[in-house]
Amino acid sequence: MSALSREWLLSEQPTSRRQARLGQVYRTWLSLRSNWLAMVGLGIIVVLILVALFADVIAPYDPLAGGDLRTARLLPPSWEHPFGTDEQARDIFSRIVYGSRLTLMVVALVAVIATPIGLLVGTTAGYFGGWVDTVLMRTTDIFLAFPRLILALAFVAALGPGIENAIIAIAITSWPPYARLARAETLTIRDSDFINAARLQGASSLRILWGHVTPLCLSSVIIRVTLDMAGIILTAAGLGFLGLGAQPPQPEWGAMIAAGRRFLIDFWWVATIPGIAIFTVSLGFNLLGDGLRDVLDPKARK
Amino acid sequence: MSDLLTVEDLRVRFPSRNGPVEVVRGVTFALGRERLGIVGESGSGKSQTGRAILGLTPPPGQAEAKRLEFDGIDLRNADKATWRRLRGARISMVMQDPKFSLNPVMTIGKQLVECWNLHAGTSRAEAKDRAIAMLEAVQIRDPKRVFGAYPHELSGGMGQRAMIAMMLITEPDMLIADEPTSALDVTVQIEVLRILDRLVSERGMGLILISHDLRLVSSFCDRVLVMYAGKVVEELKASELLNAQHPYTRGLYNCLPKIDGSARPLPTLQREESWAE
Amino acid sequence: MTAHLDIRDLRVSFHSGAERVDAVRGVSFRVERGASYGIVGESGSGKSTVLRAICGLAPVTGGEVLFEGRPVSEPRDAAFYRNVQMVFQDPYASLHPRHTIDRVLSEPLAIHGFKDRDKRIETALRDVGLGPRFRFAYPHQLSGGQRQRVAVARALILEPTVLLLDEPTSALDASIQAEVLNLLDRLRAERGLTYVLVSHDLAVVAHMCEQLMVMQHGQTVEVMTRADLQAGRATQDYTRRLLAASEGYTPMETSA
Repeated sequence: MSALSREWLLSEQPTSRRQARLGQVYRTWLSLRSNWLAMVGLGIIVVLILVALFADVIAPYDPLAGGDLRTARLLPPSWEHPFGTDEQARDIFSRIVYGSRLTLMVVALVAVIATPIGLLVGTTAGYFGGWVDTVLMRTTDIFLAFPRLILALAFVAALGPGIENAIIAIAITSWPPYARLARAETLTIRDSDFINAARLQGASSLRILWGHVTPLCLSSVIIRVTLDMAGIILTAAGLGFLGLGAQPPQPEWGAMIAAGRRFLIDFWWVATIPGIAIFTVSLGFNLLGDGLRDVLDPKARK
Repeated sequence: MSDLLTVEDLRVRFPSRNGPVEVVRGVTFALGRERLGIVGESGSGKSQTGRAILGLTPPPGQAEAKRLEFDGIDLRNADKATWRRLRGARISMVMQDPKFSLNPVMTIGKQLVECWNLHAGTSRAEAKDRAIAMLEAVQIRDPKRVFGAYPHELSGGMGQRAMIAMMLITEPDMLIADEPTSALDVTVQIEVLRILDRLVSERGMGLILISHDLRLVSSFCDRVLVMYAGKVVEELKASELLNAQHPYTRGLYNCLPKIDGSARPLPTLQREESWAE
Repeated sequence: MTAHLDIRDLRVSFHSGAERVDAVRGVSFRVERGASYGIVGESGSGKSTVLRAICGLAPVTGGEVLFEGRPVSEPRDAAFYRNVQMVFQDPYASLHPRHTIDRVLSEPLAIHGFKDRDKRIETALRDVGLGPRFRFAYPHQLSGGQRQRVAVARALILEPTVLLLDEPTSALDASIQAEVLNLLDRLRAERGLTYVLVSHDLAVVAHMCEQLMVMQHGQTVEVMTRADLQAGRATQDYTRRLLAASEGYTPMETSA
C-alpha cells in the first residue's frame, strides 16, 4: 500500500476504493482549510472537545464543592481564581471547564438523535410522495407549529426536569427542520436520471433511499445541524436558566448564568463568564457551519 | 466597409489552483455589417470570447486585449455609464437558455416595454404597440397573449423568441448570439435564424453567431472562425467549408454523420498537440 | 417469428392537476432481434416517453408492451431488467455525483447476485474503451464522453439483449458523438444487441438504424427504412420539413 502522500491522495486515477474515498475527503479538507473563518470555528470546537476530555487535568478545583464560604465567596478574577468564584465559593473556571462536558454531551446527543430522525422522515416522505408524504409532513408541521423552547418546556415539564430529559426534549423539537430540508432535497433528485438508472437495474426502494438519496441529502443536513448547534446550546442554556435543564449543583453554563443573574451589578463575572463561554462555542459552530456550506453545498459554490 | 467591431489579441484568464488558465488566447478579428460565425467544441473559448466583448467575463476571470473597439468606442476601459448606453441599446446578447435571461416574475410585455423605454422613453401606448410589433416580428403567432404571459408560461421556443424580441426591440447595431437556437427544435431553429437573417440584411446589423454546430453556422453565416483551445485555428468563407485547410476543421466536419450515408465507423478526430501550440 | 420487442397501440397520459396530458397517443412498432430501430421527433413529440414507458419509468395507460412475445409485468421484474437496459441523454445527470465508477458498475451486479464482480467490472470498462485506471474515479473527474461510456458500461454490465438509447449523444460535442456512435455500433455488431434509439437528429438515426419512425404530438407520422430516408422518399410534409431543416439553414421560406 502506498504511503499517505499528498500525490497519492490527489491522484486523478485512484487504484482502490480506499484511495478514492480518502482522496475525496482530503480535497474537501483542502478547500475547508482555505477558509480561515471556518478554521477558527473548527479550532474553537476542537478546544471545546479537548477541554471536555481533559477536564480533570485542566480544572484546578472541584467544580461542585466550594471553598470556605466565609472568605472565598464571590471573589473577583485573580491568579488563584482566573474567572473568580461564585456565591457558593466555587471556582468559576473549574465549573466552566466541567460544564464543557455537559455542553458537548447536549450537542452530540441532539445531533445523534435528531439528524437520523429528520433524514429518515424527510427522505421517505420526499421519495414516496402521495399519502406517505402527507402523513409524515403534516406530523412534521405539527411539531414546527410550536416555538421550539415552548415545546421543549412542555416535554420537560412532562418528563421531569434534568439534563437527560432536556436533551430528549431538544432532540424531539429539533428534527422537523431537518426533515423539511431532506424532503426538499429528495424532491429535486427523486426524478433525476441517476435515480431512474438505479430503478432500471432493479434496485429496491430501500437501496435507492439509503445508497443514492441519503448521501446527497446528508451534506445539506449536516450544514444545517452545525448551524443549528448554536441554537441548541442556547436552548439547553435556556432550559438550564429556567431551572428545567441541568439541576444544581451541576455546572451547566445556562444554569450558571441564572445563578449569577442575582448579583450581576456587583459581581459581574459570575454571570458574564459562562455567557462568554456560550457565545464563543455558538460562534464556533456557526463559523464552521458557514465554512462547511461553502465546501459541501455545490449550489452555493462558484 | 468600415468595421463595426475590432478585436485584437483578446485574452481571457481564469485563476485556478495551479496558476492562471488562459481560456481565450489571442483572438483577433473584425466584424462588419455581416454574419460572422464562431464555431468550436465545448471548452474552445468561443463563449468566453463573446462575453469578453461585452465586458461580461464572469469574475474571477479577467479579459484583456490590445484593441477592442466598437464603432470607434474603446471597450477595454469603458466605465459603467458607457456600458449602460451600449448594452441593450447598441449591442445586445442572446444567450442559450431563455430561462436565465428573462425575469421570471415580470410579464414578457412589461420587460419589453421597460427595455424600449430605457432606450427611447416614449409614451406607454406607443411602447406597447412597439413591443407587440416586435413579438410579431419574431414570428410569435399570438403576440397579445405572449405580451401578458410570464416566462414560465411559454414553451422553450416561445421563450427564446421572446428573448430575441427583447434583445432586438432597441434595434441594436450588433448582436452577439451565443448558441441562440441549440435549445430549440430544428424546425424552430431555422425560423429563429431567419429572423436574425432579416435583421442583418434589412437593418445592416452586425451579427456574431456562436455555436458548436458547424453545419448550421456554415450554412447561415458569411464568414466562420473556427476556435480550438482558445485560439482561432482557421478563418474561412462559409461557402468554402468543404475546402477547409486546417485538419481540425476538416475532422470536425467529417465526424458528423450524414443522412445520405456516412463512413462506418465514423471518422473520429485525432487531436494533435500542435493545434493548441 | 415473434419480434424481440413488440409495442402495440401504446398510450401514455399524465395527470398534472386536473388536466390530462396525452404524451403518447397510440404508437405501434416491432423490433426484430438484433435490429436497430430509430424514433425521430422534436421536443414534446413523446419519443422519449415511449422509451420510458417500455422500461416502466412512465405509466402505460393503454396498449401493450410485449417482450419476446409475452406482455411485460407491471411493475417490471428483475428478469426484464436483466434483458432491457437504458442509456440516458445527459451523462452529467445520469451518474450519481458521489459514487465512484466502481460503485456505479458494481451495484447492478450486487442487485442481481453476480459473483466475479471485479472481473466483470474490468471487462465492462475495457469494452467501452476506458481503462482500469478510471475504475475508482468520480464522475466529476471524467469528461462528458467518458461519462457516457460509463453509462453504456453500466447498461451493458448485466448483459442485456435490448438497449434503449435516449438521445445518447445529443449532450456531446460532435467529435465525441462520433466516438460514442462508433462504440454503440461496434457493441451491437459484437453482441447482437437490439437497439431502440431516440433522437432529434435525423443524421444520427440514419447512421445507426435500419428502420425509423417519425413522431409528432404523440403520434406516428411516418415509418421509413434507412434507404427511404437516404433517398429522400418522405411521404409526409412534416418529415420533409425535418429533412430540410437537418441539412442546415436555408434562407428561403420552404413551405408555409
